[in-house]
Amino acid sequence: MEQRSTRFALGVWTGLVVLFLWVPLALIMVYAFNKSNVQSWPIPGFTTHWFHVAWHAEEVRTAVGISLKAGTLATAAALVLGSAAAFAIARFRFFGREAVSFVLILPIALPGIITGMSLNSFFVYNHINLSLWTIVIGHATFCVVIVYNNVLARLRRSSPSLLEASADLGADGWQTFRFVIWPVLSTALVAGGLLAFALSFDEVVVTFFTAGAQNTLPLLILGYIRLGQQLPIVNAIAFVMILLTVIPVALAQRLMRDTGVVARGTAK
Amino acid sequence: MNPRPGRPLRAARLRLSGFFWRHRWAKAALLLAPPLLAFGLIYLASLIALFVSSFWTVDPFTTEIKHIWTFDNYRTLWESSAYRSIALRTIGIAAAVTFTDALLAFPFGYFMARVASGRSRTFLFIAVLLPLWSSYLIRVYIWRLILNEDGVLNWTLAKLGLPLVHLAYTNWAVWIVFSYVWLPFMILPVFGALERIPHSYIEASRDLGASGWATFRRVVLPLALPGVIAGSIFTFSLTLGDYVTPLLAGGAGSQFIGNVVYSSVGISNNVPFAAAFATVPLAVMAVYLTIARRMGAFEAL
Repeated sequence: MEQRSTRFALGVWTGLVVLFLWVPLALIMVYAFNKSNVQSWPIPGFTTHWFHVAWHAEEVRTAVGISLKAGTLATAAALVLGSAAAFAIARFRFFGREAVSFVLILPIALPGIITGMSLNSFFVYNHINLSLWTIVIGHATFCVVIVYNNVLARLRRSSPSLLEASADLGADGWQTFRFVIWPVLSTALVAGGLLAFALSFDEVVVTFFTAGAQNTLPLLILGYIRLGQQLPIVNAIAFVMILLTVIPVALAQRLMRDTGVVARGTAK
Repeated sequence: MNPRPGRPLRAARLRLSGFFWRHRWAKAALLLAPPLLAFGLIYLASLIALFVSSFWTVDPFTTEIKHIWTFDNYRTLWESSAYRSIALRTIGIAAAVTFTDALLAFPFGYFMARVASGRSRTFLFIAVLLPLWSSYLIRVYIWRLILNEDGVLNWTLAKLGLPLVHLAYTNWAVWIVFSYVWLPFMILPVFGALERIPHSYIEASRDLGASGWATFRRVVLPLALPGVIAGSIFTFSLTLGDYVTPLLAGGAGSQFIGNVVYSSVGISNNVPFAAAFATVPLAVMAVYLTIARRMGAFEAL
């Protein structure tokens, strides 16, 4: 075991890193109530006025709508494609298997600008107009990997002999899927889908190249911040978005605890 | 088995299951076809289109793309010192950010994996996950408010009686913001790698007479290295391909490759030139990933 002094030093370092991670988030929560529309510190007074303004802003509503649609469609596509690929990679040995898994990881391993640029030149070259659908395609490319990784990790931990046992007991493919695979897989799909949706909802680097005239919420915020306009609205949206991150974090915690139980249960 | 109304359906399903059992390749093909087609037709085709279009050029008057094969875009990049320094700045800051995050993350991950237990570990997990899940754009924006002349940092320094700093809209700001936003991506794989080291290895090392430092250097560090490299893939690649942080936190002298690409597409409509410049981070990442793969970082992702 480490010496006391080492442990103490590690603890202090950890505490400082936690502060570094959290103080900025806490600050933006305070700024959301800034009475002035000048963003200096300390803020002169508190108001909830900007939440009202942000809620009724037409631009914000439209952008949130587009972000929700794009996120949902991209996540749906990613769930289908990602889990199909994960099944194939986990259950079969075939020529080019390594290459397939490498290609799937590329969109997150390569800089976002590459994905954005390449999709953009692909659309330009094929005379495809930029629309909601091109945003969805862009988001799906990196969402597939997220689902793929989650499902693959889960499948690797579950034993293939379970499937053979199910078949030996007279189950057909559907029953095996429903009663053996699905219970193991469902939490991985929820976790993967959630992560994919969150990534899509927040994405800006690839989206810029695939969005055309449409504004997703991050693109709208980016525009506001660049021009230094509507910063009180940005603060209010930031407050809400940080509050919303509690949902995926809590779910991730719960899912991890649940899968922990499953892993222990099957490890016998 | 009792005859039931659903029986013909079940018989069909059993036949189908039997078919897939006998012809396993059919199942594999059926599973692989949709993702491979989607990726092959769109993503890979796009990557190829990007590479191809970088050898084309744009008519300066009509801004129409001319399909004439030329190395002009690459020649401009190579010969212009401005573009060279932008490329070097991008790679340099990406490396600095990766190093900073590794430095911040390692003791944190070590504490989390080997010292903290139960509740405190859960708390630290949440401490990392919350920033990871919150909006990237917002987290960049906060730092503008912090680093501004009349922001929180200078206010705090003034209260402490320290001299004020002028970090806003400089490369220092870009470095700080990048290190902040990508830190969780480094902490998680580092923690994962450290947690997987069996405690018995460390005990064995101590039993064989190694000092604490020697154990750390010869047992813990080599085993944790794939985790650090896995994290560095994120921090390095994410910084390399970013244009938002330099745009929002940086100043006139903070242009990244991404910013040139962004304005080439968004303002001057010169896709071929943007494509040519975008191949630079592509090449850098290809080299980086090859090295990372050799060092076993992919298993730690």
